[in-house]
Amino acid sequence: MTGTTGTTGTALGAPAERREGRQKVTGAARYAAEYTLPGRVHAWPVPAAVTRGRVTAVDTSAALALPGVLAVLTPFDAPRLAEPEDGTLAVLQNPDVPHRGWCVALAVAETLETARAAARTVRVTYATAPHDTGPVEGHPGGYEPQEAGGQPGRVEHGDPEAAYAAAEVRVDVTYRVPPLHNHPMEPHASTAHWDGDRLTAYTSSQGGTTVRSVLAQLFRLPEERITVVAEHVGGGFGSKGTPRPDVVLAALAARHTGRPVTVAYPRRYLPTVVGHRAPTVQRLRLGAHPDGRLTALLHDVTTQTSRVKEFVEYAGVVSRVMYATPNLRSVHHVVPLDVPTPSWMRAPGESPGMYALESAMDELADALGVDPVELRVRNEPEREPGSGKPFSSRHVVECLREGARRFGWTGRDPRPGVRREGPLLIGTGVAAATYPVQVAPSTATAEARPDGTFVIRVNAADIGTGARTVLAQIAADALGVPLERVRTEVGHSDLPPAPLAGGSMGTASWGWAVHEACTRLAAHPEEGPTVRADTTGTADAESPYARHAFGAHFAEVAVDTVTGEVRVCRLLGVFAAGRILNARTARSQFTGAMVMGLGMALTEHSTLDPAFGDFPEADLASYHVPVHADVPGIEADWIDEHDTHLNPMGSKGIGEIGIVGTAAALGNAVHHATGIRFRTLPLTPDRILAGLLSEG
Amino acid sequence: MNGFGYLRPGSVQEAVEAHAAQPGARYLAGGTNLVDLLKLGVERPALLIDIGRLPLNGIQELPDGSLRVGATVRNSDLAADPRVRERWPALSQALLAGASAQLRNAATTGGNLLQRTRCPYFQDLDKPCNKREPGSGCGARDGVHRDHAVLGHSPQCIATHPSDMAVALAALDAQVELYGTDGTRRLPVADFHRLPGEHPERDTWIRPGELITGVLLPAATAGAPSAYRKARDRASYAFALASVAVLLRVADGVVDQVGVAFGGLAHRPWRARHTELALLGAPATPAAFEGAVALELAHAEPLRDNAYKVSLARNLALDVLNRLAPAPAVA
Repeated sequence: MTGTTGTTGTALGAPAERREGRQKVTGAARYAAEYTLPGRVHAWPVPAAVTRGRVTAVDTSAALALPGVLAVLTPFDAPRLAEPEDGTLAVLQNPDVPHRGWCVALAVAETLETARAAARTVRVTYATAPHDTGPVEGHPGGYEPQEAGGQPGRVEHGDPEAAYAAAEVRVDVTYRVPPLHNHPMEPHASTAHWDGDRLTAYTSSQGGTTVRSVLAQLFRLPEERITVVAEHVGGGFGSKGTPRPDVVLAALAARHTGRPVTVAYPRRYLPTVVGHRAPTVQRLRLGAHPDGRLTALLHDVTTQTSRVKEFVEYAGVVSRVMYATPNLRSVHHVVPLDVPTPSWMRAPGESPGMYALESAMDELADALGVDPVELRVRNEPEREPGSGKPFSSRHVVECLREGARRFGWTGRDPRPGVRREGPLLIGTGVAAATYPVQVAPSTATAEARPDGTFVIRVNAADIGTGARTVLAQIAADALGVPLERVRTEVGHSDLPPAPLAGGSMGTASWGWAVHEACTRLAAHPEEGPTVRADTTGTADAESPYARHAFGAHFAEVAVDTVTGEVRVCRLLGVFAAGRILNARTARSQFTGAMVMGLGMALTEHSTLDPAFGDFPEADLASYHVPVHADVPGIEADWIDEHDTHLNPMGSKGIGEIGIVGTAAALGNAVHHATGIRFRTLPLTPDRILAGLLSEG
Repeated sequence: MNGFGYLRPGSVQEAVEAHAAQPGARYLAGGTNLVDLLKLGVERPALLIDIGRLPLNGIQELPDGSLRVGATVRNSDLAADPRVRERWPALSQALLAGASAQLRNAATTGGNLLQRTRCPYFQDLDKPCNKREPGSGCGARDGVHRDHAVLGHSPQCIATHPSDMAVALAALDAQVELYGTDGTRRLPVADFHRLPGEHPERDTWIRPGELITGVLLPAATAGAPSAYRKARDRASYAFALASVAVLLRVADGVVDQVGVAFGGLAHRPWRARHTELALLGAPATPAAFEGAVALELAHAEPLRDNAYKVSLARNLALDVLNRLAPAPAVA
């Protein structure tokens, strides 16, 4: 390996190569469905074919008559579980159907093909009930939730309505983001195996420690009798942040049949059962002085959840972080419907929230005749507007300035719709980004081996981010040894418990414990050979600071006036996210998230079918994740931040900030190109063309 | 699991006899669509007849200047053929606009013509679809139908044919060569696919037992200026929201030969006969193109959420017609 040989104290920040890269590209890395245990069988779920109702009967006779079929589990005879805190995991426990796609039976057979054929043979009878799939706007069932993303559902300062009404310059705009799906390459999959009263689950999860505790609760087992292995995870983007039905179903079926069982949720069934970004309708009202300083900011979010559990897409939270304003309102409304349960998708809250806020800021810049970069600079707050706390570090202005310099923003002609190259209209746009610093307590051990090498153990999840690699870098630095002398073990619940890879907090949380264990081992070898660290009480201590990563996105697009197709010419992201711990994997995270933001802006959407209550875009041919041809010059870079209020490494999370401002930057560029404001995502040819024709 | 027979016939004759003898048999070539449908349970054939090794993978130039393309010629090979690129460029462009590189390497000429609609209701066994299950209803009409038909649809079905290749073939007057137990016959590609009417379960006019053995690109259209353009949601690996193939030969400022076909608008490649009739012998001017295209699209009956397709198709057609028309001679 090149570029990985850290001499003492220099491993951190180096562009070390992903340690499992070779295993992955050669196919040697094993994923959850690939644990071919002796006697392993397969299970295939039967999704509910009604939008709301109750299962009255399940006829399994034809399925059971097929050679090779072991069992069909139904809501009437599946093993009983303790009631889960997360209602989406109460699978096959009662006959209620809360939404289409909900699992109503599970066929178990010797082969995958037989299981699939058996599932199709199962005859389910339903008592259907009237359903309500929205729309949410003006829906009488809406309410204001207490919490949104673990924060208050509403924050209000000053008198925002009055201040807005009195403002000299006003922008009142509504933005819409459709349902979006995470669709990681590896589907949600688990292989479960019981050995007496011991359960082993190989699962595709962002957090094996949580999977173990949830299984323990559901199956009424002490945690030490459960092993959860998540060695390699083929992406999750939030949808594997909580245990999903696959692992519960696999464990149920394995207990019922006495065989190891794999449940690899079929791609087409994923959209209804593993979460999605909830659609949002966001009304932004910005009141400003003629010089651009905000006098009022009102951010009203309306979204939906299922009747299984409350999930609030907390899009309004970003307005409590970004801009100085004496009068602020950020509030959420949520409507429970007979629809699949939404959940986390990369930068939940921030991503749709900043799309709306940063688009509205662009509209305000337009209304004022102020450069959009300058407008943001003029509204830079001294303290976090929502909490009044000082920022631990905040370099959004530096990101905007540096991005503007690199992008060639200076001298930009602000007039929209005037740059024509043949049939193409060219435009550029900018948007800021923010994502909170989150961190959770973790444990880890560091072991000094007699041969001079070290082993770091922590039940972290490497979901494709390079966690193994960066944890080794943190350890090597703290130990003061070359990187190649450090080995990391992650993804196994026999390892020291650790929080999930989510909320961009994995590296900070695990790394803090790794750093502590290694620092102590280096200072006090006599405590060895193994030193254990637990950051409970330190990592989760309340900080007096508002801690966030920031960034700036710049985009150039070409809008084809013949077809309405928007094609990206350039995308640039500049981020301030503390100390960057691995230049190679960090860049990959930033650009990967920017591509996801490009998809959110231009190509991706799921459509809630009003008649059936599910999403017709159920495969990767119809759910349009960007392809290579959609992504031309894409560049990410960062500003070094030295922030001592974070963690021993000085890092902020980087997994999500890259998506946050991308959609707004692209949308603003489309406006600059065409002179038309499109306020509903994605910016597909049908919408753009309709806009061009009605304006033209 | 669903059992099915598998046969690898040694000859075309053996293939068609096996097909005729077994109702519900399916020919298998590239399998890029059929295998998906097998997995979904949409197709449940009793017998798969694998024609992949039959001698149908050649491209031959015939003495009259036409080109005969074997049914199992891969999409990527056909797109790259120098004769196709030079003489029937719209076909090469259409092929390259379709699917992804991996799929084009596997998909065949005959299979491309016989691929099924990607309507999501057709693919979902839990939803009504008259094409998959006659009489069950159409889920798309009141459901999500942004991608569906605006021309020639019926109360029973609003699906579109997904092929790009077939649209170019239709505009280029290509013919499908069919071999059956009654011998060989030919059908214009433009007439090969059906409108849904009351029988959306039937995509084409192919008869039981018949096998597509090839496609003929006629000498009459060889070398005429032609082009294909497609609009889609992402830059690759997406079906057409709308597309157009145009062949246009102009002599002395007057349209001498014209073929226009739309994709993504109907249950079949939509040959724009009204446009062609209006243009043949007319001056090749933007105004004439506009009027002629409008004549065709006046027949459109958009659904709740797909009216954009009419404007999109119009823009695409005018763009390609104007591009193919020679610049007016300077007086």
